[in-house]
Amino acid sequence: MPARIVVLGGGVGGTLAANLVSKELGGDARVTVVDPTGMHVYQPGFLYVALGQANGRWLARDERTLLRNDVELVVDGATRIDPEAGAVELSRGGTLAFDYLVIATGAGYAPEQVPGLIEGSHDFYSLDGAQRLREELRRFRGGRILVGIAGIPYKCPPAPVEFAFMVEDYLRRRGLRERSEVTLLSPLNRAFTIESASKLIQPIMEARGIGLSTFFNVESVDPSGHVVASLEGEKAEYDLLVLVPPHRGQAVVEASGLGDASGWVPTDRTTLQHERHENVFAIGDATNLPISKSGSTAHFEAPVVASRIASLVRGTAARANYGGRVMCFLETGDGRATALRFDYEHPPTPPRPSRAWHLAKWMFNRLYWETVPKGRIPEIGRRGGNER
Amino acid sequence: MTITVMKLDLKGLSCPLPIVKTAKAMRDLRPGELVEVLATDPGSVPDFTAWARSTGNELVERTEEGGVYRFVLRKKG
Repeated sequence: MPARIVVLGGGVGGTLAANLVSKELGGDARVTVVDPTGMHVYQPGFLYVALGQANGRWLARDERTLLRNDVELVVDGATRIDPEAGAVELSRGGTLAFDYLVIATGAGYAPEQVPGLIEGSHDFYSLDGAQRLREELRRFRGGRILVGIAGIPYKCPPAPVEFAFMVEDYLRRRGLRERSEVTLLSPLNRAFTIESASKLIQPIMEARGIGLSTFFNVESVDPSGHVVASLEGEKAEYDLLVLVPPHRGQAVVEASGLGDASGWVPTDRTTLQHERHENVFAIGDATNLPISKSGSTAHFEAPVVASRIASLVRGTAARANYGGRVMCFLETGDGRATALRFDYEHPPTPPRPSRAWHLAKWMFNRLYWETVPKGRIPEIGRRGGNER
Repeated sequence: MTITVMKLDLKGLSCPLPIVKTAKAMRDLRPGELVEVLATDPGSVPDFTAWARSTGNELVERTEEGGVYRFVLRKKG
């Protein structure tokens, strides 16, 4: 009997893992992807939508078109996982049995964790949010823009910095720069968690007149007074507030007792197996791993999970390990970008921002659909340190 | 005034989570009270030093043993 492999979530990691494991095992496996919408969304595009540089149409595709023909797609939500029995309960009733499970359910948002956030702040972490922010920016006639995060961890760590650079650009093009201020609120004493990236970014921020408010950990928002308060006891006034909402793991993980206090899956950093269940793996934003929550992480993890499951099915020694590899582009405005490439052992040494990296990011955005989910992986940003 | 010590085990968390969790926890302390923080991220050493300087909370102690960093902070009064 073929091994039953169920993948929860049709994002970057889930789609790629399903395609790779089904390709590797062929008739020895029956692979099923469960996704509540059946649509695959390219989330890095939200940033461009918010700034009016792209419309939402190219950001979503039918998941079916991205999966190999021999992978089954079930458009339904998973409500409970029983790893011992090897069963997933579905929203519309019914159960799927599995021998191996991949949790690739991503991150959810919990804006209610920060008082006033929903009423007072905008974000570009969903298509709706990005479209609302785009309209708000169109109406903007100058004033104080504050950009930051309202919780940690959050997806795509460079995104707030990118937004600050790109919105500064946007204001200049619209002739509003003189009448506006852009300030980045940072939880630390620097613009970005990774020191080498901060060193590169901060002089550019300074040159563009983008302010940096350090050790500003958002506590609450006063939507009527247009004031945001920090845990450190500071207050900052805004005309437009753009805060990444707090994230948490998905309900199905928590409901099944498979997550930590925030709903992230306790995952082995190398094998990507659930810490308590050998037949359960986790990929991407869903894990508790202390690395970037980003599509790139999921992209590099998926082949490891696919290969490990294939080894388990075949009863051979598993050799694929995840070395913590991540690759993020970082737009610095003015049509330039840099790239952060790192893994567990090697911190990034980002190159000087250039047009070439900006074009590489655009190219990647365009080529994404034909490459990443289907396992035709462009080796852009390859560097040492990954054992795979 | 009694000085209570709150303990925060933040081992395994990477920057900037230790700072954020500490900042959050210290809201519940009264001025002068102490918090003991355990962390494993080497970046937490410069981060806690700078955070204390910037916020006015005092970094009373800083030690390291077997890869675990221990910080004692006093809430500013």
